[in-house]
This record gives sequence, C-alpha cells and structure tokens, in this order.
Amino acid sequence: MLELFLHLLLLFGLSPLLPGVIGKTKALFAGRTGPPLLQSYYDLWKLFSKGLVISRTTTWIFRAGPVLGLAVPVLAALLVPFGSIGAPLAFTGDLIFFVYLFGLSRFFTASAALDTGSSFEGMGAAREVTFSCLAEPTVFFCFIVLARLSGSLSLDTMFGPALNAAWQSAGPSLILVLACLFVVVLVENCRIPFDDPNTHLELTMIHEVMVLDHSGPDFGMILYGAAMKLFVLGALVVRLVFPGATGNVLFDTLLFCGGMLLLAVVIGVVESTMARLRLLRVPQLLVGTMLLSFFSLILLLR
Amino acid sequence: MIAALILLPLCGGLAAFFLPSDRFRPLLLPVCGLAHLVLTFFVIQDGQAVSLPMAGNWIAVDPFSRLILLIVSLLFCGCSFYALGYLRYRIVWGNRIFVSCLLLFLSAMSLAAVARHLGLLWVAVEATTVASAPLIYYNRNRLSIEATWKYLILCSVGIALAMLGILFVAYAALAGGVQVSLQFDDILQGAAHYSRPWLRAGFVFLLVGFGTKAGFAPLHTWKPDAYGEAPGLVGALLAGGLTSVAFLALLRTLQIMDAAGDGGVAREAFLAMGLISLGFAAVFVIRQPDFKRLLAYSSVEHMGILAIGVAIGGIATFGAMLHLMNNALTKGVLFLSAGNIHRRFASKRVGEVQGAITLVPVSATLFLLGFLAITGSPPFAPFISEFTILRGIFMGGHYLTGGLFLFFLAVIFIGMGSTVLSVVFGTPLERKGDTNYRETMVTTGTPLVLLLIILLLGLYLPEPARKLFADAAALLEVKP
Amino acid sequence: MDNYNPANLLLLLVILFNFFLLGSSRLGACIRSVAIQGGILSLLPLFLHGISGHSLILAGGAFLLKGLAIPFLLLRAIRQVHIKREMEPLIGYVPTLLLGTLATAGAFIFSDRLPLIEAHRGSLFIPVGLATLATGFLMLITRRKAITQALGYLIFENGVFIFGMLLAEAMPLMVETGVLLDLLVAVFVMGIVMHQINREFSSMNIGQLSSLRE
Repeated sequence: MLELFLHLLLLFGLSPLLPGVIGKTKALFAGRTGPPLLQSYYDLWKLFSKGLVISRTTTWIFRAGPVLGLAVPVLAALLVPFGSIGAPLAFTGDLIFFVYLFGLSRFFTASAALDTGSSFEGMGAAREVTFSCLAEPTVFFCFIVLARLSGSLSLDTMFGPALNAAWQSAGPSLILVLACLFVVVLVENCRIPFDDPNTHLELTMIHEVMVLDHSGPDFGMILYGAAMKLFVLGALVVRLVFPGATGNVLFDTLLFCGGMLLLAVVIGVVESTMARLRLLRVPQLLVGTMLLSFFSLILLLR
Repeated sequence: MIAALILLPLCGGLAAFFLPSDRFRPLLLPVCGLAHLVLTFFVIQDGQAVSLPMAGNWIAVDPFSRLILLIVSLLFCGCSFYALGYLRYRIVWGNRIFVSCLLLFLSAMSLAAVARHLGLLWVAVEATTVASAPLIYYNRNRLSIEATWKYLILCSVGIALAMLGILFVAYAALAGGVQVSLQFDDILQGAAHYSRPWLRAGFVFLLVGFGTKAGFAPLHTWKPDAYGEAPGLVGALLAGGLTSVAFLALLRTLQIMDAAGDGGVAREAFLAMGLISLGFAAVFVIRQPDFKRLLAYSSVEHMGILAIGVAIGGIATFGAMLHLMNNALTKGVLFLSAGNIHRRFASKRVGEVQGAITLVPVSATLFLLGFLAITGSPPFAPFISEFTILRGIFMGGHYLTGGLFLFFLAVIFIGMGSTVLSVVFGTPLERKGDTNYRETMVTTGTPLVLLLIILLLGLYLPEPARKLFADAAALLEVKP
Repeated sequence: MDNYNPANLLLLLVILFNFFLLGSSRLGACIRSVAIQGGILSLLPLFLHGISGHSLILAGGAFLLKGLAIPFLLLRAIRQVHIKREMEPLIGYVPTLLLGTLATAGAFIFSDRLPLIEAHRGSLFIPVGLATLATGFLMLITRRKAITQALGYLIFENGVFIFGMLLAEAMPLMVETGVLLDLLVAVFVMGIVMHQINREFSSMNIGQLSSLRE
C-alpha cells in the first residue's frame, strides 16, 4: 500500500520537474538564465485550462493517442521499483509487458499522427517508429542480462537487492548494460543526439512533429505523459547506478529523487555538448548499441 | 665476422643516404657487393655444423645459412655491377633512396640468413619487405604505385601471420611444459615435447605467412604486379634473393616440425602447396602478354618445384638445394636481360616488342638462353636439379606427383616459349615509343657471367659446391 | 570472468574500440582510436608481469611507438591529402559491425575450447586477441581507402601483440624492440606511398588501383 502511494506521488509530482531541470542545465551551459525550474508545472496548468481544437478529418484515434500516452507510463511505473521502494505490481515476465506497454502507446501516438492526414506528421511517425524498433532489441538484451544475473523474469526482482551482488560479480557487463540503457532513454524520450526537442524546423523534427496538431488538454496530456515516460525509464537507469538500500523509507526516497535529478542534469549536459546526429547515422548507432548489449550478454555467458 | 656481413651493407646504405652526389653514389654498390662476397667466401669455409656463433647463439652459420648467403651475395654482387650501368642511364631520376634501400635490403637478407632466433628472423624478413618496397616504386608511375601498395600490404599482413605462427610455436612449448624459448637450437631440442595442436597451428600460420613472402600460390597475387612493375635489377634481386630467404624461413619451419616428429604432416602441406603453385603458374603462363609478369609466374613455378623437392625427401632434397641456387642465378639472367629489352622498346607487351634479337642482340640471346635454362633444358644447371628432384619423386613411388610435375613443366615450357620466342625473334615494328637505348658491357656483362656460371654448374659440379648442397640437404634428413 | 582485474577491464576497452573502429567513418577519429588502443595495450605488460625493468621498457617503447609516433605519421598523411572521411565500405557499416560482433562472439566461444594452460584459462587475453585479429582483417578487406587498410594492418598487429604478451619470457627485449621499430618503419613507408597514391590518382580510393590484372 505504502509503495503504491509513494509510486503515484513521485510519478505525478516529480516527473514534470525533470524537463525543467534539463532545460535549466542547458540554459546554464549556454550562459542564459533560462525558464524557471517549475515551468513545466505552469505549462500543464495553462494547457489543462485551455480549449480544444480538433481537426474535422480525425477520428477517435486522435483523442485516444494522448490518453494512452498518459495512461501507459502510469501503468508501467507500477511495475518498476523506484530506488529501493519495491514495485506495487510484479509478476513473472512483466518485463515483456513493460516493453510492450510502451509499444502500445507508441502505436497510438503514431496512429494519431497519421490520423490527421498530414504527410508531415506521417514522416515524423515513420522515423520515430524506426528508431524505437531498432532500440527494442537493445532493451531486451539488457533485460536478459539482468534476468540472468538475478535469476528471475520480474522487473521487481531484477532491479532489486540482487543488483548489489551482481555489480561485484559481473561489473563490466553491467557497465555496458548501463551505457545501453542510457542510450535507450535518450532515444525513447527523443533527446539529442537522436532528436532535438527544441527544433521546429521542418526537416529535423521527429517527435515534435507527431504531436503538432494536438492542443489544449490533449497537448497537456502528451507533455505530462512524456515527462512520466522519462521518469519511468530514468528510474531503471538510476536503480542500476544506485543498487543499494538503507532501510529507512524516507532516506531511500530522497536518495531516489536525488538520483533522478542527477540523471536529468546528465541528460542536460549530453544535450548541451552534442549535436543531433545525421539521420543516416542514427540507425547505425542504434545497431551498434544493440550489438554492444549483445556483447555484454556474451561476456556474461562466458 | 658474421657481424661484418650485416653491418657492412648497413653502413653502406647509411653512407649512400648521406652522400650528396648522384653520380658517385652508385659506386658504393659494387664496392659493398664485392666486399660482401669476399666476406661470404670466408664465412662459408668453416666446415662445422654450426659455426661462428655470436651474441649468445642468436646469430650463427649453419649449412642453410651458408647456401643462402652464397646465393644472395653472388646475385647482389652481379646486380651491383649492372646497377652502375642502369643508374647511369636513369641518372635523371636520382638514386639516393634506390641505392640506400638496395644496401639495406642486402643487410636485412644477410641477417635473415644467419638468424638463429625466430624473433630475429621475423624482424629481418619484415625489414626486407620494408626495404624493398621503395625499390619497386622507382619509376614512379601509376602502375608501379599500385604494385608497391599491394606488395607492402600483402607481405606485411603475411609476415604478421607468421608472427602469430611463431607465438603459437612458443605457446606449444608453454603448453608442453618445456622451457619457452624462441632460440632455434632450444626449439629443436625440446620440440618433441611440444603440444601438438599448438605446434600444428603455428606451422600453418608460419607456412601461410612466409609462403606469402616466398610467393606460393594462392598467396602469390602480389608477385606478378611487383615483379612486372619493378625495374629489372630489383626484380632479379626479389626473385633470386628474397624468395630464397623466404624459403629459408620455410625450411627452418620444416626443421622444427621434423624435430617434433611431425615432419610427415608438414611435408604433405609442402607437397600440396608445391603442386598448387605449379598449377597456377601453368595456367597463367599461357598467353601471357607481358614478359616481365611471365617471369613472375615462372618464379611461382620454381617455388613450387622447390617445395615439392623438399617434401619428397631423400635425393630430391639435394636437388632442391641445388635448385635454390640455379633458380636464383637464372632469374638474375632473365630479369636483367628482360630489363634491357624493356628499356630498348619502352614497353613490356608482346604485341609491341618483337625482333629484339636484331635491336639488342646480346640481351635477347641471353633472354632466350635464360628461358631455355629456367625451363630445364640441358646443358644448363636447372636441368640437373629438376632431374634430380624427378628421380627422387619416382624412386619414392609418387607416380601421380611425378606425372603432374612433368605435365605442368611441359605446359609452362610451351607457354613461356611462345611469349619468349615472339619477343626475341621476328621483325621489329616501327614504334613511336622506341628509345635509342644501347646495350653496354656493364648491362650485359652480369647476365652473361651468371649464365656462364649456370652453364658451368650444369656441366660439372665442383666438390666444395656439392658438399655445400649435401650438407644443407642433410639437415632435413628425416631422423627415425 | 568475475573480477575487476585491471587487465580484464583494459582488454574490454580494447574490444569496445574495435567496435567503434568498425562502425566509424571519420578518419581522424579512427586513427586516434587505434592510437588509444595501442596505448592501452602497451600498459598491459605492466599489469601482467608486474613492474620490472623489462616490462617497463617494453611498455614505454610500445606506448611511444604505438600510441604516439605511428598515429602522428598517419595523421600527417591524411592532413597532407586533405581527406577526412571514408567512403561507404564494400559491405556497408552495419553489416561490418554485425560481422565484427559475430567474430567477437565466435572468438569467445572458440577460445573456451582451446587447450590452454591452467594459468590462462578464463582470462580474456585469447578471446580479445582473436577478436582484434578478426577486426583487423575485416578492416583490411572491406575498406576502400588506403589509409584504412593501413589502420586494419595496425589493428591486426595489435591483435598479434596481445598474444605476444602471454609469452613475454620468450620474447626478449631486443626482439620486441625490433618488432616495434619494424612496425614504425613500415607505417612510415606506407605513409609515403599513400601520399604518392594521392598525388597520382588524386584520391586514396583503393578501387582505382585495379589496372594491373592477369
């Protein structure tokens, strides 16, 4: 019960803070002051009180996309341990459920983009789906490594206390897994070097272009969902880096929040120091990451 | 004394590099060549099994070394005199790199001949690759650049594989519980205890690696390009000297396998490589339009003959040792005279070169006689050596091998003959590219002398020479 | 494979660099990666055989040559010819990466079946050596520019060096020095030939070096 409560509190309360931290870090690198840390909260408040504009060519799918975009991360969050706070929902094989939940939301987002009938959004949808398709094997290989190390197919146990021992016995493998999962976080959340969240130039938008037609509460749901997705995927990475537990729930929670904010800062640094890759090179990099995760599996099996 | 063999050309090379005069620099070549030859004669006098050890047995002279040193030294001395004429003709191109690299090349080959540590042997053979690459590139056109690059990369990769082989041999010692050492004598002593799989793996890599350098098929692809595009002088040294040194490395490998008791497997591999090389040479010699590339394929053929001779054993090994010298000297004749013909006609292709006998009579005659010698016509020496190898084959009962051997030799004779005859005889065409190159005594003297030596060896084998070859062959006697 | 042995970590870094080299098209980055790989390898004798005079000299010499001198020569070569990028290799970057990964996996599996001595069983030297050899081979055969062929040769030599480290007692200092010097001079000559290739053909495309045939 306590876990469920903490999960929902952290998810709904803390996730909009992450884009704010990323933005602030980028601003600091650029020498600007940048938008305030709580800007996302203001944006969400603003959007939820606005009116909705819906195109006449769209159907119910157009409205379903944002809804799923919000619902799926909430459900996925229940499967993932936040720090040492266990997951409220866990069963064998829930890692597959986890990956395909996000696949479901991606399907509906892409369909909503295609539903508008604009070729512009279709282009963005095609690119986004390709990248995620290439990132999926990476996620699976990483999960297989962790499953083998912990001896269970449930995310809760994979990222649970067994992780501490795993670092001792298979450190190099886990370092590679960490790198691959970090790349997956960047890809799935449309960060540089895979997609530029700030650009509004025609040829370079990928995710941004898919959600161009949404407005008002729909757009608010999309923003909130994106922030929550970042939170959930980031939680995996943070748990991998800080596998320990202190036993005090409050302290653990604070440690977890600190880790998430640190992750946001790191993403901000990466975004500030790198440029977006040429579109041709992104599949090559993703295949390379997949091979790297495969290699970490080989190291483990040896 | 041995150190002088290596250091003399080295210092000569450095001196050549720093000497400013293009006109006097070539004189260093015959000076060093003659001095090297004299030193070699002193060194091979000593009749002990392994003589004149130096530096803790890293360098010493054994019968193989004596044979190879003699071959290399003779060939280089002859070519150095030829170089005087050639470099005077090509004075415009400058010759600093050429002369220095030639002398460094000699130094590296001498080191390889006397090395008794596998690592040192490797270093020396790689040094020969690096020293000879700029020589191929002397005439600086597109084709020779291409040839140089292929030569450099293929031979370097081959040598790297040979290094892997050496490391596997050392690991065989480690896995066999024997003291690990790459000193040749230590290996020969302990080889019986080496771990068999590692030793065989090492043998394969050494065969491939040094085989690339020697030019066995199918590792020979760099040979036609390199020999075809290099100046005739360089071709002679590569075909006569470098292949002999590479074959020496292969002989050392065979010695190791013999000492380990695995000589049978090694000999089968040699036999296979030899027959494949003969086959490739036979195919590519037919209708070969470029007479220098033709000589390259002939070199592949003779490496095949050498491998077969060594693989059969017994009297064929003696024939192979004799053939090493005959091949080297005859290749000298062929390449040097071909170089003269090339220069006269400014082309290497059969369609454009005809009637050489009227325009450059001495070189054309030498080319023709050299062709007869290399394909095994009496009374020249290669006939004796090939016949000895053939006797060994049939005495050993390997009728199929003997039959294939004769068949390929016949095909090669016909194929080479058609090209050589059309180059030498016929009426010369009027071509724009003809130069007014005149052959001089310097450029025809050396091939003539080398041909006379071959003729002499074919008619009468002096006793010291026979003993030299017999000692070398005895090293490969399969010990029961 | 369950220890943070610094030698093992360094060897894993070598493999990561192999992957990077197979997938990258930026020549400057490739040359620097080979340099770092050489530098890492030159530190390995210190970890493997302890700090002794022999291993210090070997490590220092290898570092100087592999990590500094040879990359300097190559960087100078590409600066002279103003080439920054490799063209699409013969089989594409992604297939090359896949082949490289398969070769690495194969190397790991194969080396478990080799008859190694007790001390070497379970160490990463043999698989990483084999994988590096395979990477060097792939670079040699699939790339189109002369300079990447030279890099492939260097990676191949790195692989041989890894094997050589297991046998340091057999390889006395003189020979190691000779080997490294040979490598240096070979690369020097290659650099010169590359320059000449570029001058003659106005490109370093190996595909153009195909007029000699038959």
